[in-house]
Amino acid sequence: MAKILRVLREQPGIRLAGLMAPGAFWLSVFFLVPLLIMAWISFLSRDPLGFPTPPLTLQNYWEIIRDIRFAPSISLADGLAIRLFEGLYLELFWRSIWLSLLSTVITLLIAFPVALFMARLPPRYRNLALFLVMIPFWTNFLVRTYALQFMLRSNGPINTLLRALGLEPIELLFTPTAVMLGLVYGNLPFMILPLYTSLEKFDWTMIEAAHDLGADTLRAFQRVMLPLISPGLLAGSILTFVPAIGAYITVELMGGGRTNMIGYAIAQQFSASVNWPFGSAMSLLMMIIVTFAAVLYFRSGRGEYRNAI
Amino acid sequence: MSEFAVELRDVSKVFGDIVAVDHVSMGIRHNEFFALLGPSGCGKTTSLRIIAGFERPTSGEVYIDNKPMGNTPPFQRNVNTVFQSYALFPHMTVEQNISFGLEMKGVSKAEIARRVGEVLELVRLPHMAKRYPRQMSGGQQQRVALARALVNRPKVLLLDEPLGALDAKLRKEMQIELKTLQREVGITFIFVTHDQEEALSMSDRIAVFSKGKVLQIGTPLEIYERPTSRFVADFIGETNFLTGRVTQVDGEFAQITTNGGATFRGRAMPGVRAGIEATLSVRPEKVQLVEQPDDSVNCYEVVVRSIAYVGSDTRVVVMLGENCIDVWEQNTISTLDPNYFFKPGERAWLTFKPENALVLAE
Amino acid sequence: MASDVVLLGERSEIKPRPRKESRGIGLGRFALVTITFFTFAFLYVPIAVLIAFSFNSARTGATWQSFSLQWYERVFSNTRILEAAANSLIVAALATVGSVVIGTLMAIAMERYQFRAKLAWDALLYLPVIIPEIVMGISLLIFFAAINLSRGIVTLVISHIAFCMPFVYLTMRARLADFDRSLEEAAQDLGADEWTTFRRITLPLLMPGIISSALLAFTLSLDDFVISFFVTGVGSQTLPVYIWGQIRRGITPEINAISTLMLLLSIVLVVVAQLIQRRQRA
Repeated sequence: MAKILRVLREQPGIRLAGLMAPGAFWLSVFFLVPLLIMAWISFLSRDPLGFPTPPLTLQNYWEIIRDIRFAPSISLADGLAIRLFEGLYLELFWRSIWLSLLSTVITLLIAFPVALFMARLPPRYRNLALFLVMIPFWTNFLVRTYALQFMLRSNGPINTLLRALGLEPIELLFTPTAVMLGLVYGNLPFMILPLYTSLEKFDWTMIEAAHDLGADTLRAFQRVMLPLISPGLLAGSILTFVPAIGAYITVELMGGGRTNMIGYAIAQQFSASVNWPFGSAMSLLMMIIVTFAAVLYFRSGRGEYRNAI
Repeated sequence: MSEFAVELRDVSKVFGDIVAVDHVSMGIRHNEFFALLGPSGCGKTTSLRIIAGFERPTSGEVYIDNKPMGNTPPFQRNVNTVFQSYALFPHMTVEQNISFGLEMKGVSKAEIARRVGEVLELVRLPHMAKRYPRQMSGGQQQRVALARALVNRPKVLLLDEPLGALDAKLRKEMQIELKTLQREVGITFIFVTHDQEEALSMSDRIAVFSKGKVLQIGTPLEIYERPTSRFVADFIGETNFLTGRVTQVDGEFAQITTNGGATFRGRAMPGVRAGIEATLSVRPEKVQLVEQPDDSVNCYEVVVRSIAYVGSDTRVVVMLGENCIDVWEQNTISTLDPNYFFKPGERAWLTFKPENALVLAE
Repeated sequence: MASDVVLLGERSEIKPRPRKESRGIGLGRFALVTITFFTFAFLYVPIAVLIAFSFNSARTGATWQSFSLQWYERVFSNTRILEAAANSLIVAALATVGSVVIGTLMAIAMERYQFRAKLAWDALLYLPVIIPEIVMGISLLIFFAAINLSRGIVTLVISHIAFCMPFVYLTMRARLADFDRSLEEAAQDLGADEWTTFRRITLPLLMPGIISSALLAFTLSLDDFVISFFVTGVGSQTLPVYIWGQIRRGITPEINAISTLMLLLSIVLVVVAQLIQRRQRA
């Protein structure tokens, strides 16, 4: 024992290697390598069964941008969609980004007042409110989305109630709006919690100081509060945007697969209609989008993930 | 037995491209209260950590009890440390904290209980054994830290700014207590501080650090009255500096002509030769202001610039040409008469004895 | 001095302002209360309805028939559900142990050592937290196919460790950053060697962090559906994967009962986590 300790003491390199090795191995072999293989497969052709096979090709990426047409349009019917392009897959990407951004903004607009209210509660009630956010935060996402879907089904409680009141039942599911509702519902706790963490730490005398120096409420918010709570704001936005753009459960349960999004489309390439190379290409593109969002996040604030969790 | 309890021979420590400790050599005698004094970042704490074994010197060697320490890890050195933050184990009671070191040495349970009781008595916390550190005041925590180190009966106790976190009043109390304690236990204390008053009042000897180097080692009296460098004179206490050129050196004394043309005599410190640029250092309390010139050597006419009454003395700033000079006059007479004091704008004569001023070579 | 005067002057000038604003806050407060109320209602009504209907005796639809525990009986007598639950617990337990050990060691290395490529590792450790689960799921599916590892409990555990570990790492790194290293030096100063120091000082003090990251890893593993869906095999379904299959097949009231039970588990975990945190603060 003493001998081992002496060697470790005198060789910090060995010490470091010992500490790093398991994690480095796991992360490399079971995270990085799979991603690299996926990237490689995205440049392969597909065999008749949909599995990857040589030769190398750009066909999968070409597929995505093939029938691109620039055709801006706004449609309120189709779930508040603003379109820029036509073309099957590009439209899919665009819709995913758009729905994710929109759901993030809506989630933020709901979560901010809630977090603000919670942060200003007296400590006893604050802990209770925090507890009430923590439960959905930690509850299985699938179970929660299922609960929402159950509520909104054509023969679910809401429509049963409507029928009992002598009203016409309405189709609440399987629309882009339903997907949006599902995203907001699912991600609200992930927005409220980091926002609350930032707001709770916020020193309100700073707002008084800003007023004292002549700033009105709006400017005090803009110049003093916003910069100080931006870490929580950014953490919450990332925690909302990333699951939204990769959404699978919500798209299936709330949208019935009719409002397609990238995450769902990717999953389909690996289950229903097998096309691994094409699915890999879409995954890689989605990763690039998300990494871009993440870089934005790391640039504008320090990594406050730890506070968010 | 060698003369020194701890000796540093030509010790250097380099972090990246920062030289924290620069060829330091010093010997700390047995049962001595030895202070490492200097501004923050001067290398005093690093030197202490090298003695404790937390850092390894880049070059040079530390001897404890005349044995070279080499790569001896901290837990095999017969020294103990009182940390600046106290570093009390928060998950252990006072008792468990104090017995930790004895337990490591394999001392029997009964013996541990006896010695913990003794040392708690020594630091006057006998009823606190079952408390956790967070349930105690800063001063009490400080004593626990002290007890935890002392209970091991180390050869040398290392103290890293142990009083730094205490408020001024408690600090004064603890200074006296520490000094008494050191005499009682008869252990060598090496004490890091940036507080010159603390170092002067407590230490047997002081090593003054600056930029990783030891500038001077000596008793408090030597350090204050005979600083060998401008830095030491400036860092310890208050002083007036006048720069000029040495015109003459005769025996113990040197004559310096300042840039303003005045000539002063003072004690020639090592390295002072005729013709070199030098600094005259004279402490404010050793300067007098008089209304009439006398025939002494260091007597010049000055103008009073400002005056501050601080109770025990009156602090006057006078102008000698372009130079400001601080003069502290002790208020030996009790009076309410404002005319007793100098007023700004008044003329006066400044004088001090040559043996009370120093001519420093830099 | 001058600025003090200005400040005092301005203070007296704008003194009426807070009073005027307190009325505004009153109105704003009403809005905040309303929004908060409806948000919590939005979050909780579906869950409450689900719980209620798990006790409904009706087989289909949302008409209330009568109170019944039959779905719970069904759950506890359905071997496939019990197997799935057992699989979930086994995977979660192994993934927790694995990710906590690996993640903690890595956090120590990254917090306390300087080395080349440290920044790259740091970025790589963030990546699994950031990229969508679906990407991780399919890349692992491809990987296991490529190395010919048949999908089952083993692939589940491997994958769960991979996605839980970065969360453990981030939690432990934050705890280690707050760790006062002079405590370890103090132990060594008092004669404890490195191993004793680790056992008696470092580990006990890191324990709250280790427990909360274990709780985190356990919950993440138990909750995961998307990644598990792609790396699971026949006979090694986890509970969420089983639930998914049932939901897609249509209405099965058993799912309401399982969901209620899972909710209960989440509440227990949250309470435990809160209690730990409270004890830590005390």
